[in-house]
Amino acid sequence: MTRETLLQARNLQVHRGGVQVLEVPVLDLRAGEVLALMGPNGAGKSTLLLALAGLLPHSAGELRFRGTLLQSRGHREAFRRRMTMVFQDPLLLDATVAQNIALGLKLRGIAAAERNSRVRDWAKRLGLGELLDRSARHLSGGEAQRTALARAFVLHPEILFLDEPFSSVDTQTREGLLDDLGHILAETGTTAVIATHDQGEAARLAHRLAVMQEGRIVQLGGLREVINHPEHPFVATFVGMETLLKGQVVSSREGLISLRLRKDSGDREVVALGEAQPGRMVLVGVRPEHVALSLQIDNTSSARNVFLGAVTKVIPRGPFFKVELDCGFFLAAYVTAQSMSELGLEPGRAVVASFKATSVHLIRKEGLDPEL
Amino acid sequence: MDLIWEGLRKALELLLALDPEVLRITFLSLKVSGIATLLSVVLGLGLAILVALNDFPGKRLVIALLNTGMGIPPVVVGLFVTVMLWRYGPLGFLGILYTPSAIILAQLVIATPIIAGLGLAALQHLQPGLRLQILSLGATRAQMVWLLLREARLPLLAAVMAGFGGVISEVGASIMVGGNIKGSTRVLTTATVMETSRGNFDVAFALSFILLALAFSVNALLTHLQQRSGHR
Repeated sequence: MTRETLLQARNLQVHRGGVQVLEVPVLDLRAGEVLALMGPNGAGKSTLLLALAGLLPHSAGELRFRGTLLQSRGHREAFRRRMTMVFQDPLLLDATVAQNIALGLKLRGIAAAERNSRVRDWAKRLGLGELLDRSARHLSGGEAQRTALARAFVLHPEILFLDEPFSSVDTQTREGLLDDLGHILAETGTTAVIATHDQGEAARLAHRLAVMQEGRIVQLGGLREVINHPEHPFVATFVGMETLLKGQVVSSREGLISLRLRKDSGDREVVALGEAQPGRMVLVGVRPEHVALSLQIDNTSSARNVFLGAVTKVIPRGPFFKVELDCGFFLAAYVTAQSMSELGLEPGRAVVASFKATSVHLIRKEGLDPEL
Repeated sequence: MDLIWEGLRKALELLLALDPEVLRITFLSLKVSGIATLLSVVLGLGLAILVALNDFPGKRLVIALLNTGMGIPPVVVGLFVTVMLWRYGPLGFLGILYTPSAIILAQLVIATPIIAGLGLAALQHLQPGLRLQILSLGATRAQMVWLLLREARLPLLAAVMAGFGGVISEVGASIMVGGNIKGSTRVLTTATVMETSRGNFDVAFALSFILLALAFSVNALLTHLQQRSGHR
């Protein structure tokens, strides 16, 4: 199924103080999709979002909405009435919840009767039905962000831009907001672009993922595709592949490759899923949640990759622990608190680490920097 | 103390007797400073909006100049406006020196930086990003400016009060460009100075009390507007 392209960016560039802060050669937003822009702080997510929304003038390139070039001020103003944006801070006016939700409708000159019914409708949908007459000054962080969402959805935007919408609310509130936003996006089929530094948020809301670094998109693709098959070391670490291994392919058959790790890792061999020409240098990644630790080699296990190693560091990570190992190469594993005590994991402890060939992802086959 | 009580009594007496000279002076003060403040609101707020919403080289310098302008001594303004309006000065052709218009002009120069400076601070104090948020909700530029002004209404009204307070109470510029001419450019402050220098302390006190009452009434009105809009 090919969907209509709503927004089209070509060679989009933004300069700030003479310095280029954004360069996006090609980006298409298709009708009905949710695209997540991910990256660390300063990667250019907000800049790209603002540029796509026509709120930040681009210094070069072009932006088209439904085929129309957004060039003149008139075009941009018309576009602004067909999209809307929710920011990190709710940015409510000093007025009641109802007046805030109604703002965009009022700016468009929608008659009071229709305005009120739409406002009530969306307030109810976001659980604000009882708060309509309350002053926006007396809302909790979550209620304020719900008001901001209602104010956006009440406009039936053709594109909704969300800039880190939940990063200033507490974890529990965030869960509820994420659920509601996910449902509403699915029900309404609203096309959306969300900037976030949180992989979990992206995974719950987005169909496609663009990972950004230093003002550029380094990888763009389907959500699963990017998370499971990062094409770039930066993307790999950003989506949680904490172990990256470089090695030379020694054999390749039946969809499996064997690669020999660098000499300083003791010529160990790793089996990975994929195809690559023997002799090539490749980069593979392993997620810490795919690495199992035990005290003895388990002969019944199907894991192809089994290494002896020593614990170098144990880092608490909320409900689980991250354990760093030296197996002749660096390897990271996640274990539960229970396994921690059962295995007696502490720095210096010798353990067996194992992971399946299907858990090893080929990241890059070509153009690998030998010094990496 | 007797002098003060005597002044109060005299003030009441002058007011109750509807002394035409006192009424004329009072109304002229109110009119001149009122017009000057209104014009300053237009100019000063316009300037504040321009500076707040635009980035340009030298913006910091402009802000520093506005802030300096807030404290400019009225006598200095009086001197400059006098020279400008002097018969052979650049604006001499207007022929308004020693008329109420000249006082309005001088007070305009005094109040505009006050309103612009405080107004700019009020606008810059709004939540960062509010402008983009309002635009993203479909506002035109004019709608956006209006919403920002409304959002900053409390400190903006304070700026207007400060501007009015600055001009209704100044005397240096009014004397220099107005000349304290009886029946023409005599306002409450210049009359007070004159009566004091003549030793008519009771009349001077009376005029002072009227001035205070006037300043209080106008500010009470503005405060009422400010606080009413602040709590709903």
